Order: sequence, then structure tokens, then C-alpha cells
Amino acid sequence: MSDMTPTAAPERAAELPAQSPPVDPAETAKADRSARLSWWRGDGGEGAKRNFGLLATLVVLVVIGILTRPDLYGDASWVWGNTLTILKLASVVGVVTVGMTFVIIGGGIDLSVGAIVALAGVWCTTVATQSYGAGGMIFSALTVGLAVGVVNGLLISYGRLVPFIATLAMMVAARGLAAEISDKQTQVSNDSFINGIATVKLLGIPLLVYILGAVVLAGWVLLNRTTFGRRTVAVGGNPEAARLAGINVRRHTVLLYALSGLCCGIAAIMLTAQATSAQAAMANLYELDAIAAAIIGGTLLSGGRGTIIGSLLGVIIFSTITNLFAINGLSSEAQNMVKGGIIVAAVLVQQVQFRSLSQFLARNRATTT
Amino acid sequence: MSEPGTNDSQEAEVTNEPLVEAPADTVAGEVVLRLTDVVKTFPGVRALDGVQLEVRAGEVHCLLGQNGAGKSTLIKVLAGVHRPDAGEVVWRGEPAAFANPQAAMRAGIATIYQELDLVEDLSVGENAFLGHEPRRLGFVRRGHMARRTRQILARLGHPEIPPGRLVRHLPAAGKQIVSMARALSHEARLIIMDEPSAVLAHDEVGNLFRIIRELTAQGIAVIYISHRLEEIREIGDRVTVLKDGRTTAANLPARETPTRDLVSRMTGRTIEYVFPDRPAADSTGTELLRVEGLTRQGEFADVSLDVRAGEIVGIAGLVGSGRSELLETIYGARRAQAGTVRMGGRTLRPGSVGAAVRAGLGMAPEERKSQALLLGEPIYRNVTLATFGRYARLGFTDAGRERAAADRIAASLELRPRDVRRPVRTLSGGNQQKVVVGRWLLGDTRLLLLDEPTRGVDVGARAELYQVIRELAARGVGVLLVSSEVPEVLGLADRVLVMREGRVVREAPAGELDENTVLDLVMAGSLMEGAPA
Repeated sequence: MSDMTPTAAPERAAELPAQSPPVDPAETAKADRSARLSWWRGDGGEGAKRNFGLLATLVVLVVIGILTRPDLYGDASWVWGNTLTILKLASVVGVVTVGMTFVIIGGGIDLSVGAIVALAGVWCTTVATQSYGAGGMIFSALTVGLAVGVVNGLLISYGRLVPFIATLAMMVAARGLAAEISDKQTQVSNDSFINGIATVKLLGIPLLVYILGAVVLAGWVLLNRTTFGRRTVAVGGNPEAARLAGINVRRHTVLLYALSGLCCGIAAIMLTAQATSAQAAMANLYELDAIAAAIIGGTLLSGGRGTIIGSLLGVIIFSTITNLFAINGLSSEAQNMVKGGIIVAAVLVQQVQFRSLSQFLARNRATTT
Repeated sequence: MSEPGTNDSQEAEVTNEPLVEAPADTVAGEVVLRLTDVVKTFPGVRALDGVQLEVRAGEVHCLLGQNGAGKSTLIKVLAGVHRPDAGEVVWRGEPAAFANPQAAMRAGIATIYQELDLVEDLSVGENAFLGHEPRRLGFVRRGHMARRTRQILARLGHPEIPPGRLVRHLPAAGKQIVSMARALSHEARLIIMDEPSAVLAHDEVGNLFRIIRELTAQGIAVIYISHRLEEIREIGDRVTVLKDGRTTAANLPARETPTRDLVSRMTGRTIEYVFPDRPAADSTGTELLRVEGLTRQGEFADVSLDVRAGEIVGIAGLVGSGRSELLETIYGARRAQAGTVRMGGRTLRPGSVGAAVRAGLGMAPEERKSQALLLGEPIYRNVTLATFGRYARLGFTDAGRERAAADRIAASLELRPRDVRRPVRTLSGGNQQKVVVGRWLLGDTRLLLLDEPTRGVDVGARAELYQVIRELAARGVGVLLVSSEVPEVLGLADRVLVMREGRVVREAPAGELDENTVLDLVMAGSLMEGAPA
């Protein structure tokens, strides 16, 4: 072994950096500063900054509203009522978007959410289900949503189908099943408790808004404060690293789609209550609204990054635009064009932010090495 | 395919035409490429650190070097993928700086990468002329392209490959021919081949060599990269040896230079390895891991080994020797076809990483960034990636306790910077590796699998990692270490296994082996002796 002991080439060794480079005092000060700021920045400094951008967008939209209809905005009670209208409008898609956000952060996509809402809605309003009363209807909607989500997850994680394909197939199939069950008829909900969900107000705020708030809060806690959320970020951010760290990636993938399905079940009850009926064509294109909201909310489509608050703001921005067009008496076609533009703008802004961030990091590295 | 059968008679004629005339302005033996003091740095790594290279027209110039010696980076500099930070590249008498791969192609440098960059669902002809299809008024002249492809293929000795066939349907050797056809379609004067024999069977290598000889006879220069010394002896004219991003020997005669010389230039230490003192070998530790008859088709066969508590076992072997695959199979990331893995006497469920982790295994995989880290996430979340569940209560994570635990790890590993909230992305390679190793210090890991733990790690961090590994062993953790750097294996391990072509060819205490013996064992197997079944 003695012949193996190191004998360095001297001219090379001279060039090598000292083994423990002295700590740069400026560097330490910077670290201290960032530690002091961390109480409000938390770990999600980037996410928080993005959400400020979304809030700014929202403010701009409100300002546009004030400028175009100063007459309405002069009336405080109208402003309050209109705000609730916007939130109510956002509530159903918002619940779906929370589930979608988890799926996308986990590295997948769920195109079947609209169809699941329709299937769950139709299922819980059949004559047979309604005979069990409100409890039976809620139970069946949630179970159907959960079950379809589990099927999605199993197809993707154990059947090794690409999420896009699996959920696209489910989107078609679930709507087909919904049409079959309802015989393409609109099924009226006769349950006053269910219908009341859309009309009841607590402290002047619609129950639907509370439901959205509860789902968002639960989603935030789940993503940021639980092992489930941590696994979601790991599985979406680097599935191989997650697997090699001992995380059961397949099982977690099933759970993610199940969660999305469950959110769809909740949304189905809310939507059925609003319409006091359900039909196979309901919740049309919700998948696009939910994906778009998550994306402008800063969720990375390739997974591993995203925030629940961002998604919520994304949904609210969209419903504010809808509202803006409505109060100005403009067509919904023009509205869709603006929405498309907003999606593009949001992604462009994120790319610029990301690029400047990586440039910043590159500079940082250059100075430390 | 699209070619009517009537063309076949034409084909016979055209094969006789010379395909690529030896460029009139290239005299055989003239220096076409000269690199002087080329430097290329990436964050945390000096990939090229003063490379000299001289290539003449009509020669096969071999590049030799271990993994991480800088061969790939050098190829990418020549191919226009990377731009050198310093130094001079002179191409056919003029200083050259290729802005992108297309520019290098246009200048006459073609590169055939190991993972052939062909479009599987295009035809042979479309691949050969990809990006510079013969055109008239914007329409591809399909007939003309097929004819020229056929000429080129005939020149390469493969007139039987139909230009219209989809590349997807060709075997590996056929795809390689198509890559070469692409190079010839550009009228390349220099063709770089990165381990072309790695994907070929025994008899196909002979054909490859025949093609190379024909190319060089036409005045085309070839840079040939291979791990196999025997091949270099057979096809090469001159050899340049790289080690740690530097040229350690240039223009050695390929046939006459003794193997020992080549090997010592490849391994001759330019890096200072600082190994902690080895404690007296302790053979009394209880057996932790026992692997018996582990086999995966095409990767490794009938591997048996054991690791005792407190022991460091090193596996030496080149890429392709099956060492990384073996490690991943022990860890459950791949499923063995035969054989068992027992940890502390209990057989592990095959193909289950979760079972392995619960049994006390941990792994730092070969590719840190793609296999081990969440780059955008904070350091502490990467440290606790395998253990955050332990710090959680009823499924609710406790970031405070996680950060405190990660802080302890960061302190004991001298992580720089120490702030565990920073994203892992901002760390240097060595510190990222500390995060990966540190992850397994948190749980109750009893056996640590390390795959190339010091790749891309600078010298200072390297020494620190060695220290950490030793300390782990002193605490009774078993370590199974894979490295292509033989001195590292010998300096760190108590016991060494040498792997070649999927089999363990030697097992001995580290003290009984020296670097040259191990290198001979590692490199001995060549395709010339017969490929593994």
C-alpha cells in the first residue's frame, strides 16, 4: 500500500485552490441578511414574488373596471356585491384547479376533470341516487370523482400510459358514460339541501365561496405542510431522485389523480347546486380553465414547482376578466381572446423572470468559484 | 419504399464512381487541426485545462483517457457545441471558432456521437442529408438525394442498405453507417468518432475498421475515441492521452508505444489524492450485505460479494463494466433476473427501493443532478428527502426540525455555503455531492452505496468527502464504492473487486493491489478477444 500514497505533481498542486477557501465576510453578511428576511419570504421566495405579479395584474384589471364603469364603482355596496359575484364565479373552477395544481406539480396533467365533474354530477342526480337524500348525493359524487381519479392514476402509474393520453381517453369515456346514464337528458335536482348550497349565505358571503376557501386552505396545508405535499414536489421535480430516495412514486401518482378526482366530485356538487340540475355536457372545457389558471399562477407544466395561492389568483383573474366584460356589456368571444393573450403574457413573463434568475445564479457562481 | 425497383440497374453503375474525391487542397500528412492550450471551464469544474492536439490528414488519431478526462468536452469544442474559454483552435491553417454545430459541419468537421443523433422516423437518405437536402425551388430532390445516398453507402461498403428505409428499422451497426454517410454527405475532412465500437458486435468492428481505412486513404482525418487499447493498436496511427483535462502525452505512435506507458499517462497523477490514514483493517465486523449470483442480462452476470460493518469495499471498472448497474440492482432500482441480495441476513424484495431503504441501504447515484437532487428546492429539503417522514407528526412536516437536522449535517460536512435554505442549484459539484451523501447520514443507514462519489468534484471537496466516507466506516457503516478512478478505489477501500464486462475478475485486499495491476485487469478485455455472449 505504501506505493499508493499520494505524490502530487508539484506544478499542478501549486495551481490548486486552497482546500478550505477563506469565508468571504461579504458572503456571510449576505447570508445573515437573507436569514433575517426569511420570516416573510419563507422558503418560497420565488413563488411569493410571482404571486405579487398576479396581484398586480388583478389590481390593473380592477383599475380598468373603475375607468370603464366609474358609475358602478362609485357605489360601495355594488362593489362588494360584484366582488362576491366574481368569487362565486371562481368557486367551482377554483376547486377543480386546486386538484389540477397538485397533479401538475406532481409532473402530470389531468384532461378529464371537466368530464369527471359531469359524470359525478349526473351520477348524483339520478332518480335512484336522489332517493337517498342529500347525504347519498354528496357521497356518490365524491365517490365517483375519487374512483375515476384512481382509475386515471392506475392507468398512468401502473399501466405506464402517458398522462395526456390516459386522461384524454378518460375525458371522452367519462362524458360518454355521463350521457349514457342521463340518457342525454337534463336531470333536475329536487333536493332542497343540495340546491341550497348555491343560495345560502353566511355572514353575507355565499356558501360556495366558503367551500372554495376551505378547499384552497386544505390544498395549501397539504402542499406546504405535509409529507404528501413534499412527496408531490419531489415526484414532479425529479422522479428518479424521488424513487432513489425511497419514495413510492407510483403509489403517490395514483394518490395525486385521486385527489384531483375528489376535487372534481366536490365541484360537481357545487355546480349541480348552482344549476339545480346536471347533464352530460356540464363543466364543459373546465380542464382548460383549470390548466390555464394553474399555469398563469406559476405552476411549471413540467412539474416540481407551483403554488396553490398562485392558482387561486389565476382563477380569480380569469373570472375578473369575465366580469369585466359582463359589466361593460361586451361579448364573450372577445373575452376568450383576451384570456388567450393573458395566458401567453403570463408564460412569457415567467420565462423572462426565470432567465434573469438563472443569469443571477450564474453570476453568483462565477463570483464564488 | 419510394424507390422504384428500376433504379437498381443504375445503382450498379454509380457505385463505381468515386464518391468523395480526396480534397485537392489537402495533402496527406498535412496538419489539418491544431489545438493549443485549450481551456474550458464549467461551474465548479475545469473540464479542459490546457489541451494540445494535432491531427493530420489521412491519419487515425486516437484520444485516450479515463472517464472525466475531458474527452467528451474536447469533442464538443471541436463540434461547435462548446466554445473554448482560452487557447487556440487552428483548422486547416486558420484560427477557427465555431459558433454552433452547423458551422463546424460546414467547415468540414463531422462528429459521430456514441448515442447516434439520427431521426428514427426518417429514411436513411433523409438522415444522411438532414439539414442540407438537395433542393430545387424549395422542393427536395428525392431522386437525386437517394442516388447520392446510394453512392455514399456503396462507398462505405454497404450498398445493401436501401436509402428509403426508415432508420428505426436498422440495427445499431446500420445506424452507425448512416451517421458516417451523413458525415460524408457534408464532405467532411475530419470525422470524430466517440467510442464507435461500443455499440457493435465483434464482427461488425472489423467492418468499421475497414471503412475507417478507406476514409483515411481518401485523405480524411479521423479522431477515434475508445477505452479499448487493443482497438487503438489495430486502427490508430497516433495517440494523444488526456488526463484531468490536460494533454499528458501527444502524438505517441499507436502501435509501438508500450501499454504500460499509455496506462501510466492516463493515470499518472496530476490530481493530488489526499486520503485519510487508513485505520488497521478490521475484519471482525459483522456481515451486513451479502449478494449471491446476481445477474442481469447484458449488464452483469453471477456477481457475488459481501460487505461487513465498518468496511469499505471498492469496485473498480470502466463504464460498461456493469458496475453502476450492479449497484442500482443491489439497491432495488433495477430488478435482478437471478440471484439474491441479503441485508443483515434478510433477503431484500427485488426491485424495491423502498424495501432497501427500510433495510438500511442508502445510495448516492452516479448522476447527481438527474438522479439525486431537486435542484430548485432548498438544501435542507434535499438533505431530508429520504427522511422527512421521520420528522413529520401525523403527516405534517416539521420544517424547523428538518432545518435543524440539515444544519447539523451541513456543519459536520463543512457544506459551503452553510445556509440550508438556499437552493441546491447554487452549490458547487462537491457541495452538491455532500448534500447527497449527507441525506443518508440522517436516517439509520447501515450500508451506503456510492457511485462515482467524486466525479466533477474539486480537489478540496474531494478530500473532505474521503474523510466523510472514512468516518462513516469508523462508525460501523458499510460502504460499497464504485469509481473509475483506480487510485481512489485503492486509496479508500479496504477490499477491492475488479469488474470487467459484467463479471468480477479479481477480488483482493486493497493493500495487495497496485494501480497498474488493476488497470491491466480493467482494460484487458477487448473486443478482439471476443465479445461477451
